[in-house]
Amino acid sequence: MSLEKADIEKIAHLARLGIDPGDVPVYARNLSGILDLVERMERVGTDGVPPMAHPLQMVQRLRVDEVTETNQCDKFQQIAPQVEAGLYLVPKVIE
Amino acid sequence: MEWEAVIGLEIHAQLATKSKIFSGAATAYGAEPNTQACAVDLGLPGVLPVLNREVVRMACAFGLAVDAEIGRRSVFARKNYFYPDLPKGYQISQYELPIVGKGKLLIELEDGTAKTIGVTRAHLEEDAGKSLHEDFHGMTGIDLNRAGTPLLEIVSEPELRSAKEAVAYMKKIRSLVRYLEICDGNMQEGSFRCDANVSVRPKGEEKLGTRAEIKNINSFRFVERAINFEIERQTRLLEGGGTVVQETRLYDSAKGETRSMRSKEEAMDYRYFPDPDLLPLHVDDAWLEAIRTTLPELPDAKKERFMFEYGLTVYDAAVLTSSRELADFYEAVEKSSGGETKLAANWVTGDFAAALNKDNLEIGACPVNAAMLGGLIQRIADNTISGKIAKQVFEAMWEGEGDADTIIEKKGLKQITDIGAIEQVIDEVLAANPEQLGQYRAGKEKLLGFFVGQVMKVTRGKANPTQLNKLLKKKLNS
Repeated sequence: MSLEKADIEKIAHLARLGIDPGDVPVYARNLSGILDLVERMERVGTDGVPPMAHPLQMVQRLRVDEVTETNQCDKFQQIAPQVEAGLYLVPKVIE
Repeated sequence: MEWEAVIGLEIHAQLATKSKIFSGAATAYGAEPNTQACAVDLGLPGVLPVLNREVVRMACAFGLAVDAEIGRRSVFARKNYFYPDLPKGYQISQYELPIVGKGKLLIELEDGTAKTIGVTRAHLEEDAGKSLHEDFHGMTGIDLNRAGTPLLEIVSEPELRSAKEAVAYMKKIRSLVRYLEICDGNMQEGSFRCDANVSVRPKGEEKLGTRAEIKNINSFRFVERAINFEIERQTRLLEGGGTVVQETRLYDSAKGETRSMRSKEEAMDYRYFPDPDLLPLHVDDAWLEAIRTTLPELPDAKKERFMFEYGLTVYDAAVLTSSRELADFYEAVEKSSGGETKLAANWVTGDFAAALNKDNLEIGACPVNAAMLGGLIQRIADNTISGKIAKQVFEAMWEGEGDADTIIEKKGLKQITDIGAIEQVIDEVLAANPEQLGQYRAGKEKLLGFFVGQVMKVTRGKANPTQLNKLLKKKLNS
């Protein structure tokens, strides 16, 4: 499968990555190569093989429902560019 | 042309755990902003989620309650999108293998009929934070306290055919999660909210119409209004030769209308994939059986029992079992009234419910407890007071003037059941109103009410109404 310029731009947008227009052909070639590999793998017979959700053959460990965290808001907010009244401030977003 | 609405609901129920789904931060409502958002909730580098056991138990309890297949092996997936109140850039949810599979639920409609609605699935996920769009110098404020709060998203089959059915379904789910004590159902605080998928099609048509999704509706009234608005909008559009576009719409409760948020072209591509930070979740037989044995008596079973055990009507039984608190309260009242099943039902669903409503109180916080109401009902049953006087006593109890016996004694409300005493008052009344007496005897029988009123006036409402009626008729006709 070969990806077009528009596909690359859409993928970059979904991932919020800024890419140099000059690099688009390289990305298209590399990503298409990965999709080709997937296409080849799809030809392998997998009937009766359960889909793998995780490479480790283990099950999820569960924790007890207890509050173990303390308030470290001040510490976390030291690295935030802008805070006010306990809130993190970000450029205005309205749907 | 006749149109038919097709509605499916996605309900988000916030699970009532102490800590978050993947971290040990508190979930308490109303805390100062960002004081309950830990490194895991903020998605800081190097942190890993660890699943809360209680969340799994609660989801399984719900699954068992709607007769669903429990996903013995379920998988967490990342739902990717960018928004400032989602710090990781993805929401941990479940996609292909949810914890609760296909189930079903019985809803009762206003006309007394019942209908089974399919539950497609229910899956676990984490909530996002909150964006505050008030003016922070042209910026948006982010509170991440809610980020990581456990949610159970319950998806219905598109089997609801009207706004009323949708509301009945939503009420039933709310009643269930509250019976199970897995969600407080508080809609104002957002612990129970829903999105509605609405489409219309010509009646008799099999194929589904194009649907619109209405987001985040947080009251029963709004669900009904938003769906009705949407049905009408789509019908008018189709009848005018137009087409419905697949889109997400927002309900504006102030204007009572829905408006477009984003269309299918702008729709998100979530790129779900299994979360490598979390292993598959296993629920074994022993655990599931243990959960099954702890399930409380559920609303449908309780309703049946109330009808059978107390001889109540379907309606009364349904109202009384709509919440566990109300059902427990009724049973306590019935017991302390000495088995007055019907009177107890009338009082609990009538004056008591009205008083709760008026003062906006919860049963646990109201001034009249079950023993007090039961005591009042006993006095009606043993003819100490009439039903009319009982309302007066109830009001006094509500005002905190003591129990029924104290109030009856203090205010001298005991009913006059002494035949001689009532007869004496009747004689006085007849003697004082010769004109009306003459008219009555000449055939104007509706004057009976006048004489009853006069006797009640003299006795301040305390004459036993049944006795009074009998004695009065005898005297009038003699």
